[in-house]
Amino acid sequence: MDQSTPHKPNRWRRFSQWDERPLRLDNFAVDDPENGFSAMNGANDPQPDIEVKNGRIVVMDGVGVADFDMIDMFIARHHLDVATVVETMAMPSAEIARMLVDMNVPRTDLVKLAHGLTPAKLAEVVAQLTAMELSFAYSKMRARKTPGNQGHVTNAKDDPLQLVADAATAVAFGFDEIETTMRVSRNAWSNALACCVGAAVGRWGTLFQCSSEEAEELQIGMAGFSSYAETVSVYGTEKAFIDGDDTPWSKAFLTSAYASRGIKMRCTSGAAAELLMGFHEKKSLLYLEARCLCMQRAMGAQGTQNGGIDGAPLAASIAGGVRELMAENLLAVWLDLECASGNDARSSESEIRIGAKILPYLISGSDFICSGFGTILKYDNSFNASLFNGEELEEFLVLQRDFEADGGLAPVDEARILDVRSRAVDALAAVFEELDLGSPTEHMKNSVVAASGSDETESYMPRDVALISDKIKTRGITVVDVIKALAKRGFNQEAEHLLSLVKLRVSGDYLQTSAIIRNGRVISAINDANDYSGPGSGYQLSEQRREEIINIRDQLTRDAVLHKEKTFQTLETTQITYTKVTDAERGERDDEVVIGISPAFGLKLFRTTGDHPLSQVLAELMAGIKAKGLRPRIVRFHHTADTSFLGLSAASLSGSGIGIGIQAKGTAVIHHIDRLPHNNLELFSNAPITRLEHYRKFGENAGDYAKGILPEPVVVPTRGEALGARFHARVALIYAIETSLTEDEKLPEEIDVQFAGEK
Amino acid sequence: MDDEKLEAQDYPLAEMRRDLVRGRRGKSLDQLDLAAVENGDVVMEDLKITARALELQAKIARTGNREKLAENFERGAELVEVPQDYLMEIYELLRPGRARDKHVLEKVAENLRATYNANHMARFIEEAAEVYEARGLFASRF
Repeated sequence: MDQSTPHKPNRWRRFSQWDERPLRLDNFAVDDPENGFSAMNGANDPQPDIEVKNGRIVVMDGVGVADFDMIDMFIARHHLDVATVVETMAMPSAEIARMLVDMNVPRTDLVKLAHGLTPAKLAEVVAQLTAMELSFAYSKMRARKTPGNQGHVTNAKDDPLQLVADAATAVAFGFDEIETTMRVSRNAWSNALACCVGAAVGRWGTLFQCSSEEAEELQIGMAGFSSYAETVSVYGTEKAFIDGDDTPWSKAFLTSAYASRGIKMRCTSGAAAELLMGFHEKKSLLYLEARCLCMQRAMGAQGTQNGGIDGAPLAASIAGGVRELMAENLLAVWLDLECASGNDARSSESEIRIGAKILPYLISGSDFICSGFGTILKYDNSFNASLFNGEELEEFLVLQRDFEADGGLAPVDEARILDVRSRAVDALAAVFEELDLGSPTEHMKNSVVAASGSDETESYMPRDVALISDKIKTRGITVVDVIKALAKRGFNQEAEHLLSLVKLRVSGDYLQTSAIIRNGRVISAINDANDYSGPGSGYQLSEQRREEIINIRDQLTRDAVLHKEKTFQTLETTQITYTKVTDAERGERDDEVVIGISPAFGLKLFRTTGDHPLSQVLAELMAGIKAKGLRPRIVRFHHTADTSFLGLSAASLSGSGIGIGIQAKGTAVIHHIDRLPHNNLELFSNAPITRLEHYRKFGENAGDYAKGILPEPVVVPTRGEALGARFHARVALIYAIETSLTEDEKLPEEIDVQFAGEK
Repeated sequence: MDDEKLEAQDYPLAEMRRDLVRGRRGKSLDQLDLAAVENGDVVMEDLKITARALELQAKIARTGNREKLAENFERGAELVEVPQDYLMEIYELLRPGRARDKHVLEKVAENLRATYNANHMARFIEEAAEVYEARGLFASRF
């Protein structure tokens, strides 16, 4: 470097590091209401108002009846209650906003109020709530009490064997609904058959949908394969709606058509759809979504899938966009719609943004926390990657455990997963054989059972699937044929499960708002109504449900930690012996350094948290001291297990006044007789990353201090590991063993240490 | 329509009022078992919803103050007997630009009323025809 011409920095290098983080792959867009980029304050968002003449609405949200577009017409005729609308609209928005977060105002009162509020008014009310208030209000206003979840089951090859195995796996984790779609649209029938068999493995009640073209989706439903639909999309501007090739009336017709076939359905809408489609009318995300939701209630749909959906990543690029998504979900439940609350399309590359996005929903609960949790790996998701995916499913389970929050899922052990996957592929193979659709080999089945994703399978390819799918369709195979095939081949349980699912449509109970199946029963907003009215009310985790949620795999127990120490003990007894010589006294020689070992050191505990055998650690400390020409003395203390006091006690028995204190877990300190307990010379506090060479140097430094030399302190380099997260649970269990062995009055012991191979 | 009185406690009907639930060919829920499927006594037709079930669900919906949902169930009840092809044909005609004038939709409404006694749905389609005309939605799109 040229010292004479100082280099003027042109950048703080932290920015370069930030540039490399996944976050910087995300787009962020400036507020630009003129071009539709505004979460809640669109350039053309109308002021809420209403005018009724002769029992007819003549002005709504600043538009006269003569200028109503088709959406205005639909809302004015079918959403608004003309009898109450004038009075309700006269209420100040701030007052209604307060009611939403007031636990003393019942949900039912607020739902009634919503029937007299226009889209602009609804939007104005929820826009007044902070993110926390939105989350709280959502928790109070959602229709069904028990929360649930929905997952995607797809793969990159449309392989039916993988679909059946992955569907069964999703069912095992607890998804209330699973949803598939195809890479190749003609594969729809094969996907549907495979998923509906998978959904019948292990338990019954998981509803299933096959997202495809409207007419085909309804036909697949009529053949009994699928039990719900949610592709009935609704848009907030007339032009976007028409570009989507529908009108409120055509969608309402489809809604009734699904009812007439006994198939559960919900609509789809969500922020930024109109912005993506280029017809936003300079209106905000929230206002346009309010229009969508009023229409959905007016159509008589029982529910909605909203909260961004495909537009979520665009919404998340806008300031306040994530808060807006929460606000639109609140609007949905306020309008008494079942809400599959988005958390669907992956809205960021940043895992921190992902975790933050899900949390409010997890703790407030939702009819379906995700309207598409990727139960499969990201690359297998034919809807595109979800907010959470197969890769991150365990993180979701742990978040449930952290917050004791029911996200609808629960951990499943490895043996059970293997079991349901094997059972699933066998069941589908039987159906394929019975219905002459194919005969998958053992090799195909095994490759699928073990596979995490389709890259690992040697099974059906999309072209094979197209032929299977065509056969199912053209031969008019129905769910009854599948049930028969299962029963004939001994899969009676799966046959019963599938029959139970199809029988749901005979009574139509599951067409009511927010219906899911739990333990063989339909629960919905009717018989499981959210009755939140303050702490202790609403949904509460039962003791049994809590047990299911918290039992993630590989939890530490005291017994397991002790058992592990036992195996170390066997190794250590061949390496070292500790023999008490006498009670320890203050030494006279100024060339000695006392190493004070803790009560359990080498007796009950045998390795540091850095996984080094204590015999080796002690050998290195001693070698370091000896290398400086000094003499190590080993003293075992019984009155304390604390590092500082071990060190100070050792120093006070040391002729040189220098002592080392070391705990069995490897934490060590160099102390001087004249120092205060916590004012030591050197400390190794991060035992898990402390290596043998560090202990060696530590011994050498103790020797230097004894000789009156100031050495370079030993610095154990850290790379920022979350050491507490990695080790503290084990440390606490180990340290409790140390402290349980302490005895206040017991004197220190002079220890003779004999290493294997030494005389 | 029947005059069966229902309360929220009657829900789920398949549990609380099994007596009211019948398949399309009159079978009770208990008769719709696996053995019957295996020996061919139960076919797809038995597993379809009936207009009556939808009317009963409309009543249940009203106990929860869900008028719009109830109306949808009632429109659905009117479509139960409409064949699939005709159902999809009507849906197609309701999409923008498919019907070229309101008479096409009015004819559909008339037929629904005459053939299936689908009064609510017919009224709904007539309303669509009126709105489509006002908003120019009969213009060709492809």
